[in-house]
This record gives sequence, C-alpha cells and structure tokens, in this order.
Amino acid sequence: MNAMPSEVGQIVWRHRNVIDVDCFTREELYFLLDQARHMENVMDRPIKKVPVLRGKMAVNLFFENSTRTRVSFELAEKMLSADVVNWSVSGSSHAKGETMRDTAWTLEAMGADIVVMRHGAVGSAQYLASKLKRAIVLNAGDGTHAHPTQALLDLYTAWKHLGNLEGKKIALVGDVLHSRVARSDIIAFKTIGCDVVLSGPPTMMPREINSLGCRYEKDPKKAVENADMVYLLRIQKERQQDGLFPSVDEYHRWWGADDDLMKYAKPGALAMHPGPINRGVEIASEVADGHQSVILEQVRSGVAIRMALLYLCGGGAR
Amino acid sequence: MTVLREKAKLMSSDDLNRVIKRIAHEMVEQNKGTENMILVGIHRRGVYLARRLQKIIEEVEGTKVPCGELDITLYRDDLTMLFEQPMVHSTRMPQDISGKNIYLVDDVLYTGRTVRAALEALVDLGRPSSVKLAVIIDRGHRELPIHADMCGKNVPTSKNEVIEVKVTELDGKDEVVICERDAQ
Repeated sequence: MNAMPSEVGQIVWRHRNVIDVDCFTREELYFLLDQARHMENVMDRPIKKVPVLRGKMAVNLFFENSTRTRVSFELAEKMLSADVVNWSVSGSSHAKGETMRDTAWTLEAMGADIVVMRHGAVGSAQYLASKLKRAIVLNAGDGTHAHPTQALLDLYTAWKHLGNLEGKKIALVGDVLHSRVARSDIIAFKTIGCDVVLSGPPTMMPREINSLGCRYEKDPKKAVENADMVYLLRIQKERQQDGLFPSVDEYHRWWGADDDLMKYAKPGALAMHPGPINRGVEIASEVADGHQSVILEQVRSGVAIRMALLYLCGGGAR
Repeated sequence: MTVLREKAKLMSSDDLNRVIKRIAHEMVEQNKGTENMILVGIHRRGVYLARRLQKIIEEVEGTKVPCGELDITLYRDDLTMLFEQPMVHSTRMPQDISGKNIYLVDDVLYTGRTVRAALEALVDLGRPSSVKLAVIIDRGHRELPIHADMCGKNVPTSKNEVIEVKVTELDGKDEVVICERDAQ
C-alpha cells in the first residue's frame, strides 16, 4: 500500500445532507477520505465502538431492497453508538398509501436525527431532505440519479492504494445508462482530478457523455489501456429482455473483465466492482478473486466512509 | 471575535526541556525502570511531548519505550453541543496495551475532561494495569476528580486566560506562554 497523504488541514464541514457527491469540493473529498481513515482504525479495535453519536437516532428507510448498503450503514451507525431503527417498505405504511412527506414527519415526530434513505425515484432524497426540519438525510441511492456513499467508498479504496489521485485513469465498464453508481463515481473521480473513460454497449451509454467530462470507447481494451483502476458495473440480467444486449454470454465476451482485459491496464491496476458481482457476466472469477481485486476492500471501505459521513453530518447540535 | 494577547512567558525553550527531562526521570522512577511502560501522547501536542520523553528515556536508560498516540475527539462529552464537528486525528498504539503501565502525556491539564475522554478511549483499546498522567502545566479549574501524577508547573490562572505550550514540531519553537482573551 502506498503512503497516504499525511497532513490534511482542518476545514469547516458545511454539509448536513448528502444527496449526491456533486456538493463536495476536492478539498472536502480529501478531508472526508482522511477522516474515513481514522474511522477504519476503529473497525480494527477489539471494541469496535466509539461513543460519538450516543443518543442520536438513525433511521434506515429502505423503499428498495438493498441488504448490503443497509447493513453497511447499520454497522457504521452502531460503531458510532447511534440508536438504529430499520424501516423497510415491506409491510410499512407506505404500502398503505402514506406519502413520503407524511413518512418524513412521522420519523421526525419519533425523534429521528439521521435518515438514511434508499428509494427508486430520482430526487426522492432531495425531497425528503426538504421536508425534514431537524433530521439530516444521507442518500443511499435514489433511482438512477445518485449513490453518493458508493462513489465515496470507491474513492477511498482507490486513494488508499494509489495515494494522490490527480491524473490517475479510471475505466468504467458496463451499463452506465442505468447506473446511479456510475453517475456518482464519474462526478467523484472527476472532481478529484481523475481521467474517466467509459466503455460498454452503446445501448447502455447516456447521450450526454461529453457533458459529464468523460470519453467513451466502445472497445473495452482501448478504454482500459493504461488505466490505474478498472471499474466493472453490475449488469442487471433483466436488461437483456429490454434488448440492450443480445445475451449474457455475448456481453461477457465483449465487455466482461477477464485476465486478458486486465493485461491492457497498468500492471497492478485495481479491479473494482460495487457488488453484488455477477460472476461470468461483467467480471470473470479470475479477476474477482485475483490479486488485483479490491472488491472486498470496497465493502470494508463502505463502513468507514459511512462512519465519517455520519460523524461529520450527523453529530453535533441541532 | 476574541483575540489572544500574550501576557507573560512561563517557560523558555530551556525551561521546557528541563521540565521534560525531569518528567522523564520521574516516570522511570515511578515505574521502577522501563519495563511494561508505554507512553501515550494525547493529540496534538501531547504526541510530540511523548516522543521527546521517549527519546530522553532512551538516552538515560538505553531502552526505547513504546510510544503511542491517542485522539480523543470521538470521546468528547461536548460534541452534541458543538455546531461544527472537530477533525478526527489518528489513534495508534504500538502494541496491545493490556497489562501495561500507561503514561498519558498532555500539554495542559485544565477541566480534566480531555483526560476523562482519554481514559474512556484507552479502556476501549485494552485493559492497562495502570494509567498515569503527565502534563507540562496544571492550570487548575478542575471539573472532574482527576489529577496529574507528574507535572511540570502549577500555574494559577483565571478562566479568561489561555496557556499555550508550543513545541518546535508544530509551532516552530519551544516555549510556554500565558495569554489573555480580549473581547473585541
């Protein structure tokens, strides 16, 4: 592991809600990464708990299923000593027709301080934040819009391995069009000064690639060429029915990451994936389990970065 | 806005270094040697002071006592009252602290709340067989039942005053000054 940038200056953290990564400056991103490093340190202790959010109530409000993200947030909240309530859509009042606004007010009436929300609708996190008077909102994914904590944990994982990320190249391969992960990652890696190249079936590319400040290469070998990081996006198999790619096998042959594709990247380039992985679709097992894979580290980074955000946004006086 | 006006110099560089040397000797004396000893500096200046103590003890005793650093931010009792969350620094222990004699090092002892937080943080890291506290300045006004086992100097202060222990590593010079807050 490379030496990490050692001295990060104190900055005034002005964020309460985190809806997307576009609210952060480069300086704030590095500050956050530095704080996450100290949070990760807590995870290695015999007692994995610090009392910093004692007395705060965190509600994980999940309208879409996502065990991984929910568990990651829950662990982060618990390690900071917050009281955790998991509110999931199945059997909730939402199914009975309660509006999100009423849900928001109900949560606040119950004393929620922090609301982590995953929802299928674009803009839902922003909307929720606008309806809450006191509690803060951390977006855990809203439709195809944003997944800020995923992008931040990716940044953190990359930073731990590569140090200063300025000028580093990342290739994002897969379904960019439907991916909130891709969208947030592009913004995060661009903000920190990386060169971002996209690849994948043309049917799965957004039209406004140029306005995102990145390049598209249909041929993944060209996209991956000389890259420091190769990021494989999850392919939802049901997209095949939408006619966006002919078959899973064909997708894998063209855009799936195997050792052969990784050879085009820089030696020792990182193989990254937001999980859960589809072995034999967007990633071959030889890459997922290979020495370049940091996929499990990403999972660990997720807890650390969420702890840092919870601490910086969710602590303190209201 | 308040500004700090320097009122008097309490220690010169030589004075401060003599105090550190004396405390190093007291530590080894109290510990009856360097066995089982771990120095732990509290961020930020305590970390540099602990490293200096380590160096002096090595010169005198010929053993390098393990030296750790402790950040108490996540254990502060006033976080829910602050509007801006303070920056977290690193906590690093050179080894398992269970069964060891911990010598906590900080620059100034005031209300005792930092030390209380440090004790809580330490207990989460292991079960030391003892914890002792060394400070450069004890300025009084304790709000908790905490005292220093080794102290450079007792300085009676008013609550409107601030003691600044400066170390070369962070501040470019070694000295201790007393300042007064001037409301502007």
